Amino acid sequence: MAHSTRPMTDWRKAKLPVFAFLAPATIIYTVFMIYPLLDSIRLSFYTSVSGGDLTFVGLDNYRTILGDPGWSATFWNAFWNNMKFFAVHMLVQNPIGIALAAVLSLPQLKLRNTYRTLIFMPTMLSVVVVGFIWQLILSPVWGVGPEILDIFGLKSLFGPWLGKEGSALITLALISVWQWVGIPMMLIYAALLAIPEDLVDAAVVDGASHFEVFLHIKLPLVLPTIAMVSILTFVSNFNAFDLIYSVKGALAGPNFSTDIMGTLFYRTFFGYQLQLGSPTLGATVASLMFIIILVGVLFYLFVVQRRLSRYQL
Amino acid sequence: MYKNIRKDDASRAVIVHAVLLSYTLLALYPVFLIVINAFKTRKGIFSDPMGLPGPKTFSLEGFTKVLAKSDFEVYFFNSISVTVITIGIVLLLAAMAAWAISEYEFPGNTVLALYLAIGIMVPIRLGSVSILGLIVDLGLVNTLTALVLVYVAQGLPLAIFILTEFMHQIPKDLKEAARCDGVGEFTIFFAIILPLIRPAVATVAVFTMIPIWNDLWFPLILAPGDGKQTITLGVQQFIGQYVTDWNAVLASLTLAIIPILILYLIFSRQLIRGLTSGAVK
Repeated sequence: MAHSTRPMTDWRKAKLPVFAFLAPATIIYTVFMIYPLLDSIRLSFYTSVSGGDLTFVGLDNYRTILGDPGWSATFWNAFWNNMKFFAVHMLVQNPIGIALAAVLSLPQLKLRNTYRTLIFMPTMLSVVVVGFIWQLILSPVWGVGPEILDIFGLKSLFGPWLGKEGSALITLALISVWQWVGIPMMLIYAALLAIPEDLVDAAVVDGASHFEVFLHIKLPLVLPTIAMVSILTFVSNFNAFDLIYSVKGALAGPNFSTDIMGTLFYRTFFGYQLQLGSPTLGATVASLMFIIILVGVLFYLFVVQRRLSRYQL
Repeated sequence: MYKNIRKDDASRAVIVHAVLLSYTLLALYPVFLIVINAFKTRKGIFSDPMGLPGPKTFSLEGFTKVLAKSDFEVYFFNSISVTVITIGIVLLLAAMAAWAISEYEFPGNTVLALYLAIGIMVPIRLGSVSILGLIVDLGLVNTLTALVLVYVAQGLPLAIFILTEFMHQIPKDLKEAARCDGVGEFTIFFAIILPLIRPAVATVAVFTMIPIWNDLWFPLILAPGDGKQTITLGVQQFIGQYVTDWNAVLASLTLAIIPILILYLIFSRQLIRGLTSGAVK
């Protein structure tokens, strides 16, 4: 956003208009986004007693969630599940996205735009709808899943993946990958197109193949975009909720094996079965999510981006 | 020798298209499967799930059930109202703020731009506990207004960011000429600048729309009650209730998929241009 060389109009000639232009957006944004975020952090230092009065308790809520045997087991289970969920995205979604972008950016490819539009389509669907689509397809009751696998002679591999403790989380992560792979594909595709042609031409003249050109010239140049895609993936994964909730409900079964930070936040806030909901403990979980996301974003800004900046053109 | 090269190219093209076609199939077939089965009898769904609906299996019973047992038209109306009103407000307020930031030199200009950009990275959901408290205090629980307010706050940061970048490209002469003629600052914005941002409107509208139309979280906590559900929440609640009724489930999913598919096919060009122009950087 550094356009400082551009001549700008002095605001003193137009104080009222400038104020009127800025006020509505700034006020709504501050009241409904920034204030709730800060107030949530404040609430995490309080506890509500009967009647709704708040009492300051310092770090007690954090001690409960991270220190109480029951709570801390739940929290770390959700945290590590969320890390696995993120790892599947990094290991499957982003490589597939890069590969698709590389193929789509090949010179003289016909139907390029058609492929791009169609492959991006699932990204437009609601997470809830996507969750149900796959729940039906993977349902042993319907039998479509085994039938499709049979085409490839793999029928024996089919199992009730969404229902088993060992495979439910990975399956859900792969469903999410199926939906979101269009985003890395598009962003990396755009970055690949932005590479100046003479850089590539020089290598082609030297006899390099498409694959070599991609690996040694294009890939290093789009690393900053890949890093950006990774941090976007991180933030949205640690904020995910809709998919798990629609397929598995707030209890994130079987036996909490698909519980992630978003579903833990929801249960803590609203309660479930016999446990009462607690706004202040909910705010504490939200604050911990905020810290996790902040650590990720700061790591990206100060470590990854700084190290990658020398690759930039 | 040339012949060989051409042969290589041809076989390479076949491989490339095979790869892209298989992935396209993987992306589309699950959706296709749901839609075709929504038009079948219960027997047809189970006896021949992968076949197209034929004269023996064709049936609209799923749709009749969905429309009879739920208020899908109300959910649609709610989703459309919330989305359209939010996009309108976001576009106007974001354009105003982006114009002020890009056009006028005032103290704290950069700081304000950064402050408004925080929301691009920090998810608004993390403030849900206080947002619910705020909505309760305002007496807006179970209203579409609550959703609009939250979604406007959620949509503004990215919209302001995209529009600020866009405003920098507006030629200086236009507004300078107007200023020389003594036209006021408000008129300059509403009569000259606002019509000029039309090319960016589609991009901003799409980026604002997708997360709102598909959101489950805020409808679930702010407006879960009868008659105020959005389509995403409506589908979620309906399927939760009729989970064993395959006709109804498939039909409700199809009803939720089709409008988005049509919108996407109409606007895909703008959307993809927005994504690939580096707007998300």
